[in-house]
Amino acid sequence: MGFDQYHEPAHELPEETRTFARLCASLTEEAEAIGWYEQRLAVERDREAQSIMRDAQGEEFKHFCMDLEFLLRRTPLWREIARGILLREGDIVEQAEEVEEVAVEGAAARGAAVTGSTSLGIGNLSTRSAS
Amino acid sequence: MSHLLREHAPLSETAWRLVEDEARTRLTPALAARKLVDFAGPHGWEYSATNLGRVQPLTDTPYDGVSGAQRRTLPLTELRVSFSVGLDELQNVDRGACDIDLGSLDEAARRLATAENSIVFRGWESVGITGIVQAARHDPIILGEDCARYPRHVAKAVEFLLGAGIDGPYGLALGPETYTRVLETSEHGGYPLLDHLRNILGGPLVWAPGIQGAVVVSLRGGDFLFDCGEDISIGYDHTDAQRVNLYLSESFSFRVVTPEAAVALGEAPATR
Repeated sequence: MGFDQYHEPAHELPEETRTFARLCASLTEEAEAIGWYEQRLAVERDREAQSIMRDAQGEEFKHFCMDLEFLLRRTPLWREIARGILLREGDIVEQAEEVEEVAVEGAAARGAAVTGSTSLGIGNLSTRSAS
Repeated sequence: MSHLLREHAPLSETAWRLVEDEARTRLTPALAARKLVDFAGPHGWEYSATNLGRVQPLTDTPYDGVSGAQRRTLPLTELRVSFSVGLDELQNVDRGACDIDLGSLDEAARRLATAENSIVFRGWESVGITGIVQAARHDPIILGEDCARYPRHVAKAVEFLLGAGIDGPYGLALGPETYTRVLETSEHGGYPLLDHLRNILGGPLVWAPGIQGAVVVSLRGGDFLFDCGEDISIGYDHTDAQRVNLYLSESFSFRVVTPEAAVALGEAPATR
């Protein structure tokens, strides 16, 4: 079983960082799948097969968005940058530069971490059926 | 800049890590409610209210022939507990000391966890939160101090829940005194009472500072909703001549969706 999402020894990483890395890997996989379906749809001539693949690609869109939302919730700075770029009208590059200056460079100047939540990351402690 | 103002605190990275690890270590065993109820979020500090999915009718109208209704929400409650760490101790952290005095933080963590449990189980009228014990529809079962009868009481509570169509597994929140009594008790043949109760419930027994007695809850999900804004975080307040003053804070709401999904065992008054 591979653990390629870890670039540092997994046992040295806090649980929060391991979860973060897993969701980053998942985000990458969903984006890859979206791209693959896009290519398949571009060459497929059978309409029924197209319909199935379009439906499958829709699922990948949903998965990608869920992964992204999770990561943004755990990473306030990333969330701040995303707010300045995503789902907005206007010049993408211009807006990105603007929000980067305000958010990233400002945080770096203060010595703040670029990623990682400011909370203690305790969250859900549900044991459900475990004891 | 985050409202926590952490960048202004005179703590090195090592000191922050130590303080955060200590807070996590102290909070996690005591946050009983989070082990038994549904947890949503964290949604962030800006998140201010939980959608209740209902409207409140309005008696007046904005214009002739036009009616209005106002959405109902449950505002989030902010909790905050102050603590401090000696400036000299923080310098010792960077020298490699591993026996740093974090007693003030430990006490703050105990208070915050106890308050969170108390609000979830006992409610807090001032902020519009009804607790699990307040909402429970079943007659409370008197637990008493005779541990030999506990399996019977817990089985009765499970029977109440099954009778109301509430499926398991079930969890048991035990106030500290009750938990200790259970832990100390072995039944005939030396079988630990803890294991016997766990078998009846099909779920965990949880140490719950902030309640007295005990509460049996269904763990099937969807019955008790903890909506977290900002999860427990450490913020910076100020520095005086001797100490750095920090605080633990969080924001959340809580609501009981299915009052039939819990049974109180004995009294469960708050120990705020």
